[in-house]
Amino acid sequence: MAEKKLIKGNEALAEGAIRAGCRFFAGYPITPQNEVPEYMSWRQAQVGGAFVQAESEVAAINMIYGAAATGKRCMTSSSSPGISLKQEGISYCAGADLPLLIANVMRGSPGLGNIAGSQGDYWQSTRGGGHGDYRLFVMAPNGVNEMANFPHKCYEVAFKYRIPALILADGIIGQMMEPVEFKNPEVDAKMLKEPDWALGVNNGRTRRVVSSYDLSEGALEKMVLARVKRYKQIEENEVLYDEKQLEDAELALVAYGTSARVSMAAVKMARAKGLKVGLFRPITLWPYPKKRMVGLSDRIKKFLVVEMSLGQMVEDVRLSLNGRGEVYLHSKPGGSVITAEEVLATIEGVIKKGEKKYAAIK
Amino acid sequence: MQLLNKRPESLLDVKMHYCPGCGHGIVHRLVAEVIDELGIRTRTIGIAPVGCSVFADAYFNCDMIQGAHGRGPAIATGLKRSKPETIVFSYQGDGDLASIGMAEIVHAAARSENITVIFINNAIYGMTGGQMAPTTLIGQKATTCVNGRDPKVNGYPIRMAELLSTLDGARYIERTTVHTAPNVLKTKSAIKKAFQNQVDGKGFSMVEVLSMCPTNWGTRQDNPAEATKYVAESMMKVFPPGVYKGGVEAARG
Repeated sequence: MAEKKLIKGNEALAEGAIRAGCRFFAGYPITPQNEVPEYMSWRQAQVGGAFVQAESEVAAINMIYGAAATGKRCMTSSSSPGISLKQEGISYCAGADLPLLIANVMRGSPGLGNIAGSQGDYWQSTRGGGHGDYRLFVMAPNGVNEMANFPHKCYEVAFKYRIPALILADGIIGQMMEPVEFKNPEVDAKMLKEPDWALGVNNGRTRRVVSSYDLSEGALEKMVLARVKRYKQIEENEVLYDEKQLEDAELALVAYGTSARVSMAAVKMARAKGLKVGLFRPITLWPYPKKRMVGLSDRIKKFLVVEMSLGQMVEDVRLSLNGRGEVYLHSKPGGSVITAEEVLATIEGVIKKGEKKYAAIK
Repeated sequence: MQLLNKRPESLLDVKMHYCPGCGHGIVHRLVAEVIDELGIRTRTIGIAPVGCSVFADAYFNCDMIQGAHGRGPAIATGLKRSKPETIVFSYQGDGDLASIGMAEIVHAAARSENITVIFINNAIYGMTGGQMAPTTLIGQKATTCVNGRDPKVNGYPIRMAELLSTLDGARYIERTTVHTAPNVLKTKSAIKKAFQNQVDGKGFSMVEVLSMCPTNWGTRQDNPAEATKYVAESMMKVFPPGVYKGGVEAARG
C-alpha cells in the first residue's frame, strides 16, 4: 500500500474511514467539511455501504445512533455549529456505549462565526460536549496524512472500549491538499466480527436492548461507573503524542493540529537563531498526555502553549503540570491563523523575559 | 380444553406501568400480535421514544433501542439502512412525533424509508403531567393552557396523517382509534398492513392511533369509559379515522 495520492484533507478523511470499514455515513452540509459527505455519497455506493443526506445535524447523529447499534462501523461529520447541534445525540451514544466516529472540521465561532479554520471547540470536544458525565476518544490530526490514517485507530479504540471517537480537525486541514499514503491495511467490513451487543437478526438468542437510561435506584450510577473503568483503561493504554527536538530544549511549545504545524516552523526559525526550543504535540486530546508532560517537566521548565482559541488547551497543560514549570500562552481566537513569525516573537519574549505581555500565566 | 387466547410471544411477561384506561397497553398488544402472526419476531428491532412509552423497550420481546425525544424515524433510518434484513418499527407519541420530532418524521416519510411507524395520538403530554400537545384540541384543558387551548395564543392542532399523506414517499397512512372493540380490531388490521408493507419492501408506512389518557384529560379517573367517550365525541371530529394514503394497494396485501 505504498501508493501516494494528492488529495484534500476532507477527502482523505472520508477515504480513510471507508478503508477502515465505515459502511454507513449520515451528514448535513456545512462549510468547511462539505467534501466529506460529497465523497461519501458516491464512495459508500461503490463499497456496498449506505449514505444518507440527513435533514439536519440532529437527524444525522441519530441515524448514526441507530447504525452504530447494529454493530456496523459508521460515521458522521460536521463543523462547529453543526457539532453543537449533535451534542444531545452524542451524549446518548456515549450513554448507550456505542462505538462510532464523529469528525469536527472546526470553523471560527461562537455563533455562526466564520468559515476559517479554528480550534475553538477544544473544551467541547475534550469535556464530553453534551449533557452528563462522559468522554470521547479525541484525536487531532496535523495534516492530510493523519486525516487519512486516524479513522482506523478511532474505530479500533471505539470498538475495544465502546466509546464514541472524535477526529478534531479544522478548516485548514480539511481544505489543504497534500500527498497522502494510506498506511493501514484495508479493513474488509464483511469480515468484521459482529459485537455481542449488536441489534439485528437474532436467530433465537435472547433479545438485546440498547439504551442510555435506567430509572431504578442506583442503577445509573453503576452504569456510569462501569464506563469510568473503561475510561481509566483508555487513559492508561491509548495516549498518543509526538515530540520534536525536545532532547535539549529549554522551552517546549505545546500545540496540536494546525497550531502544531505553525509551531514546528517557529521551532526551526528559533533553532536557526540558536534558541533551544522544541515541540510537544498531543495527538490524543482526550486522553491528554498528562504523564508525559509531567515527565518532560523534570527537565524542561518553560512551556509555551500555542492555540487558535482563547486559551482552552492551556488549561490541560496547567492541570497536567500542576505547578511544575512556567506556562505561557500564545492564542488567537476567531478563525485567524497564527503565523510562525508571531510565535517566534513570543518565543523570544518568553526567553528574554521582562516584557509584561510575555509573562507566565499565574 | 382449548386455549383460546394467550400472551403474544412478542410481548414479555412483565407488569406494564401504564395507567388504567390508557391506550398504550392495547396498542402494544396489537403490535406484538402482528409481529407474531407475520413470524418476524427474531428479526424485528423496535424503537422506544421519550414520553409515556419510553419503557416500551422493557415490554416487547424483540431487540429494542431507546432513543432521543422525537428522533425515532432517524434512528430507524440508521438501523434499517445498516441492516436491511431487519424489520424496524418506531413507536411514538404526539409530543415526540408531531412536535419535537416533526422534521424526522416528515423526512423519513419523504425518503420513503422502508420502516413502520406507530403513532399514538392522545392529544396530551402524559409522562410530564398533562401539558398541551401539538394535537391538543381547541378548548381542551392542559397544564400549560389551563383555560383550554386558545387558537389565538396556542395555535391549532396538527393533523399528522393528512400532512404526511401529501408526501410522495409516504406509501401507507391510516388513522384508527382504540376506544371500542371493533376499532381495536380495525387498528390491528392497519398495523398488520403497515408491517406487511415493510416485509414487502414497499416503503414508509404509518398508523396514527387515537388513544385515551384518563389520567391527564380531566375525565373521571374512576371511570375510564368517560375517556373513550371523549375520543368518540371530540377527538374523532378533529382527527377523522380513515385511510389517507395507499389504502387500495395495502388492502391487496
